[in-house]
Amino acid sequence: MSRPSDRLYRPRQVRRRVFGVLFAGLCLLATLSGVVVLAVLLGSVLAKAMSYPPNPPWYALGQHAGEFWRFMTRIATSTNSPEPGEAGFKAGIAGSLWLLVLVAVIAIPTGVGAGLYLEEYAPPGRVRRTIQTNIANLAGVPSIVYGILGLVVFSRAFGFDPLALGKMLWAGALTLSLLVLPIVVIATQESLRAVPPSLRQAALALGATRWQVIRDHVLPSALPGILTGTILSLSRAIGETAPLLMVGAANSILYTPSSPADYYTALPVEIYNFATLPREEFRTVAAGGILILLALLLSMNAVAIFLRTPTGRRFAGRAISQVSRMGWAVSQAVFPSHRAFANGDSEAGVPGPAPNPSITNPGDPHPK
Amino acid sequence: MTQFPQTAPVSPKLPPRRHWMGQSWFQKGQEFVIPPLIFLCALITVLTTIGIVAVLGVESFRFFRASGVGVLEFLTGTTLNPKGDPPRFGILPLIWGTFVIALGSSLVALPIGLLSAIFLSEYAPSRLRAVLKPTLELLAGVPSIVYGYLALLLVTPVLKAVLEPLVRVEFYNALSASIVVGVMIIPMVSSLSEDVLSAVPRGLREAAYGLGATKFEVSTRVVLPAGLSGVLASFILAISRAVGETMAVLLAAGVKPQIVLNPLRSVETMTAYIVNTMKGEAAVGTPEHLSLYAVGLALFGVTLVMNIISGIILRHFREEYQ
Repeated sequence: MSRPSDRLYRPRQVRRRVFGVLFAGLCLLATLSGVVVLAVLLGSVLAKAMSYPPNPPWYALGQHAGEFWRFMTRIATSTNSPEPGEAGFKAGIAGSLWLLVLVAVIAIPTGVGAGLYLEEYAPPGRVRRTIQTNIANLAGVPSIVYGILGLVVFSRAFGFDPLALGKMLWAGALTLSLLVLPIVVIATQESLRAVPPSLRQAALALGATRWQVIRDHVLPSALPGILTGTILSLSRAIGETAPLLMVGAANSILYTPSSPADYYTALPVEIYNFATLPREEFRTVAAGGILILLALLLSMNAVAIFLRTPTGRRFAGRAISQVSRMGWAVSQAVFPSHRAFANGDSEAGVPGPAPNPSITNPGDPHPK
Repeated sequence: MTQFPQTAPVSPKLPPRRHWMGQSWFQKGQEFVIPPLIFLCALITVLTTIGIVAVLGVESFRFFRASGVGVLEFLTGTTLNPKGDPPRFGILPLIWGTFVIALGSSLVALPIGLLSAIFLSEYAPSRLRAVLKPTLELLAGVPSIVYGYLALLLVTPVLKAVLEPLVRVEFYNALSASIVVGVMIIPMVSSLSEDVLSAVPRGLREAAYGLGATKFEVSTRVVLPAGLSGVLASFILAISRAVGETMAVLLAAGVKPQIVLNPLRSVETMTAYIVNTMKGEAAVGTPEHLSLYAVGLALFGVTLVMNIISGIILRHFREEYQ
């Protein structure tokens, strides 16, 4: 420190060190601010939801918990009402769950298919580049623009009434599916890219066809990643409000939709509605709804983040292989093939199980 | 020699294939049905883009024809009063409101996001990072309606309590909306920038340390300039997200289209105008209703240009390091 050579080769040492420490502290503060915001957000919403009358004194913790539990069960099981003491989110929760299922059924196969096409089938060239750029740009389009698209294409069907979906659940589900489609495609592509090419080459060398390689090897090993992206995209779909306002999620639906052709409302839409009502008590009800929404979304996100860790990946891989084993067994029962395999390998001298007439293929042109 | 009872070998994934023709029609059919099917899936994304452009274009054209407003007048007019007599359609107040919110939220989000990206990629020990990163991602999963509610519940009352003795604070104000939108886009900036900063080759850092640089100098003068284009791209993406943000600004910033410099007054953004027009009682086909498509076209154009610019910057960066 005191040697002259130090001052020569490390100029302004003290100032630089102090600067460095200050900067590191600043960076830490900035990072922690995110955590603090999350805590403040949850805490304030929770406090608001617990402020519902009768408001026990702060030290009566058991009573608080009881009141809170009663309040949450009430708003989860009662439908909308002009009276804040009776209003709840039952219709919204049911609508959101409907949307979740429909979006999953529509967007996941489409998105995974598009990702498969782009990564595995599309020849490199202009078509692929165009679709790729297009998806990247679609991912940045504001959700309200998808709402406008859904309004014209699905709700009104370009003014062609017989096909117009109006305010049906279908319109909302299709709009949200288009909204999350780019996310699913990008997640699929990323996890397909992570599958080592040697796996594909090995399977191809053993005589598997292109689709067999994808179905039996590439997709199963890419599935944990796809699952993560899919869950994240579904949680995005559940939290969206603006596009649903455009395609006619109603504010005050008093029943739960029983088919995709019913009118509907969604949890975030009802929260928005309650938050804009003038009476203060409705804000409290909205806080309870936000807690339900956040519980749903944060648990979905937590599962997605867990699936991305090494442990989660292994877990998902095991589950997937179990499911695919079952699927293979079912497909063999329904569409039998590989008769020789089921009868054992006679050339190798391995005695197989007794021939099962139900799994022989009478149409086999090359009988053993 | 004892003969052990043999079970059929379990190989769920790849049963031995003796001959190609031994497959059922179901197996063979897949080979021919799947490729066109998934090509159709990919085509849907293209159709979505075409649909957006066509819908916005056609309906905006109908708006301009029905209302008799010129494009220039529409974009630069300073009065927006669709219900007035005669109705006025100048969306400059909406553009101004969007600009104010985007500026305010980026003042909040860009420094914090960048600093946390630097912390996560340069300073954080791996164990702390393993906790902090998922937390920031959880923050990204919170929907915008929740942030809007938080603005009404917490941010606006706090602003009122702090600033009210000095100046008048409107209940719906641009500052509160900017703060919550800024908080909302922090995770976007931090995670995208962190990816870019972590991708900077280790050799650059080692060289700088070898020359006697401190950690601060390595972070700010070596790593940051090396990843600058990626960081810029993440900034632009985050701002474009702020521009397209709807629910938080709808709840927090109000619905008063006006050009004011004071961030404590109420403003209306393009997105909020679209939702309000839709929720209003304007009949389908009237100029007031059709104006939402024209505003949507302007919004789409702005965000598309920003996304394309950020994509170009990012591609430039990738070429540099591969």
